[in-house]
Amino acid sequence: MIGVLSYLIFFATVASILSIAVLGLNLQWGNTGLFNGGVVAFFGAGAYGTLILGGIPQDGLIGGFQLPYLIALFGGMVIAGIVAWVVGLLTLRLRHDYLAIATFGVAVAFENLVRNAAILGGAQGIRGFERPLRDLFESALAYNAAFFVFVLTLLILTYLFLERLIASPFGRLLRAIREDETAAQSLGKSPSRVRLTAFIAGSVIMGLAGGLYATFYAFISPQDVLPILTFQIWAMLIVGGAGNNKGAVMGTFLIWAAWTASGWALSRFAPLEVQLYTGSIQFVLIGFVIVGMLMWRPQGLFPEKLVVSQSAAAKR
Amino acid sequence: MTALVARNVVAGYVPDLPILKGVSVTAETAKVTVIIGPNGAGKSTLIKAMAGLVPVSGGSVHLNGTEITNPRPDRMGALGVAYVPQSDNIFRSLTIRQNLDLVLRNAGAEAADRRESLFTQFPALADKQSERAGALSGGQRQFLAVAMALAINPSVILMDEPSAGLSPKAAQEVLEYAKSLTEEGVTILLVEQNVKQALRLADHCYILADGRNQVEGPAHELLNDPVVGQIYLGGKRVAPA
Amino acid sequence: MIQNIVDGFLVGSILSLGAIGLTMAMHMLRFANFSHAELLSVGAYAALVFDALFSALLPVIDAAIGPLSLTWALTLATLVSMVITGLSAILIDKLVFKRVRAKGGELSMVFASFGVAMIIRNILGLIFGLDPVLYSQEIVFAIVVSREPFLLVKPDQVFTLIAALVIMFILHLVLSRTTFGYSLRAVAENPTLAQVSGINLNRMIVLIWLIGGGLAAAAGVFYGLTNQINPVLGRDLVLPIFAATIVGGIGSIYGAVLGGFLVGLASNLALVILPSGYSPAVPFLIILAVLVIRPHGLFGEERA
Repeated sequence: MIGVLSYLIFFATVASILSIAVLGLNLQWGNTGLFNGGVVAFFGAGAYGTLILGGIPQDGLIGGFQLPYLIALFGGMVIAGIVAWVVGLLTLRLRHDYLAIATFGVAVAFENLVRNAAILGGAQGIRGFERPLRDLFESALAYNAAFFVFVLTLLILTYLFLERLIASPFGRLLRAIREDETAAQSLGKSPSRVRLTAFIAGSVIMGLAGGLYATFYAFISPQDVLPILTFQIWAMLIVGGAGNNKGAVMGTFLIWAAWTASGWALSRFAPLEVQLYTGSIQFVLIGFVIVGMLMWRPQGLFPEKLVVSQSAAAKR
Repeated sequence: MTALVARNVVAGYVPDLPILKGVSVTAETAKVTVIIGPNGAGKSTLIKAMAGLVPVSGGSVHLNGTEITNPRPDRMGALGVAYVPQSDNIFRSLTIRQNLDLVLRNAGAEAADRRESLFTQFPALADKQSERAGALSGGQRQFLAVAMALAINPSVILMDEPSAGLSPKAAQEVLEYAKSLTEEGVTILLVEQNVKQALRLADHCYILADGRNQVEGPAHELLNDPVVGQIYLGGKRVAPA
Repeated sequence: MIQNIVDGFLVGSILSLGAIGLTMAMHMLRFANFSHAELLSVGAYAALVFDALFSALLPVIDAAIGPLSLTWALTLATLVSMVITGLSAILIDKLVFKRVRAKGGELSMVFASFGVAMIIRNILGLIFGLDPVLYSQEIVFAIVVSREPFLLVKPDQVFTLIAALVIMFILHLVLSRTTFGYSLRAVAENPTLAQVSGINLNRMIVLIWLIGGGLAAAAGVFYGLTNQINPVLGRDLVLPIFAATIVGGIGSIYGAVLGGFLVGLASNLALVILPSGYSPAVPFLIILAVLVIRPHGLFGEERA
């Protein structure tokens, strides 16, 4: 019983953390139409940033500043935002493919950097993080439950923040830019400026998710920032329904459940010689889910309620 | 005889938002027909719709009595209709000769002869035939675009503001050249902002506003019509809706 | 240093072949195709399969050509692979991209290409295994061209560079001498005007996939011949190939050729100052540098 409960908490915590990242992506893609092909870079920047700022000093590693946890977490978000600012500044004036390629590139470079730079932990990653307020709780289960509540609170806050943002004039501007850049321009707004703001805001939210993820495991390594994570986060958004925050969260839980279940089923029931290929099989499956969704149900399972103008989208 | 007819054409880029709300235009064979009107009237959209570049959702387009509504744009040449876009109407990265060879690529054995005859007609282009078309002056570009249209021996040429961005002298040359083509039986349908110049050499004129027909008549009559003159030819401007 | 330059040219020629098809498809269909590099893998494995098939059917042709490890069977297999990969590219477009194009728009295409890449890469892994394979088990020793400065070159590398240059030269002749070549350039520059000039865009899209796939297959085989073949070949090359198209300017075929060589050279020269582990990040730095200095690339146009 305890095992099941503890697993459920574990699952819900990870899914909630990923939901936050998916919400960040939704702001960029669903609401603004920006393709971020390197979600892991911003997620990773938040994760590494949090552990470096809040961790204890270790031999040969940068950081260990032991900042109070919330400040470290915020610092991680700021670092993710700075990375987004640089990439966005260089690409958002250009055709949309440049952003897609540059963000993909920044993720490759980020993974490459943390894998090779010894001061960032190298392939072993950064360990030995003291999880905040751990001493206040007797059991690991109680602590994990409390941490889940903390994550859930942040998820709800992020959700509410984004809902308000989308309902605000700024949110309408984002959708106007997504639908028709020229029209938005005629409103006297600089689309590239607005897009940059949305891109940075979305990336900061991904940084928050990364920081929470690293806190939860008290550990981060290059294995956590592989391109597949970008792909999973995208799958969650596409399945949930781009543009709709509720759909994004539901899509996250659905895909994460399907992912863990398929991994578990393959490891449990597949013959031993197939198990080596568990990852490949899962990747193919998720690839088919994505391509299938885009082909047959591009609006996702839980589509955006307010469709601004189907016709304007058809124009492209 | 009518060469090209648009009948109650409804068209636009977006399905529910037509720019043309039922426009009818007839281009008589071997005549110059000009379409004028304020910005946003739908002039360019109309000839793009006739060329197959903008989907027509209502009404019909007829060529020599045959309905050709929503043709594939790449098949228009084979039907004898050439279209000269307003801007970006030549391939800048290709040489002048390559531009012509491109449109002549299906002419087979005739291609070389036709290219030479075009070069005889446009000596300025012949002199620069190995240069990239992007290096040409505005007027020369327009002549190259016209030469590319002529290469397919069209019976009808659609021209979208051929004088846009040209010096008054170059504009006059292009328009007069278009007029001269009618003597060989070519039908010209053009959109113009350069209203007075266009009306002086056109045979027939249509005035559009807000996606609808407003006025139509022989060009010389419209040129002298006080009301039309007042509204469209530089008199007191009535703001279009 | 000189070794880095020579290696850079070699890698560059492979990147160029990959980038030509990518830049054409990307410009015409207006989306960053993340699955293009997977066509190199498809080509490399298709050649592997046909190499084995031809060698089994006709053992005579399974003989190395001169000092190369390349056999006549593999040469033949490469040509077959180019056709098959080109057809695969057309098939992928028909099955996926065309439908997504009709449904969503160019931005959905980018992500669809992510999915396609994931599927191809992992299916190749499932079929051929995750371990690297080689076309030939025979060891061909590198030739020491000079000792001071030290320079090692394998005969296969020289062959690859020459073959890539020959293919590019043929492409250049087609582009600069034939009306088909003019049509390709016309479509790349201005698809609407190309259509008005009587070019059937749908047919052109098919031809671009065919050519792009064929060139990618050649690049894949050349990569396999000078390195090794593995299912993540596409994953490793996607960023350098993208970098090559950005350096050259998206849509410029000649730019892609030059961009490929520049990225190959820069990546190898960077190893003079950087530890080799960092080489996968170098294309990203090149992309950043181009975006700062000349956002539209060497031959790109301002037009969005």
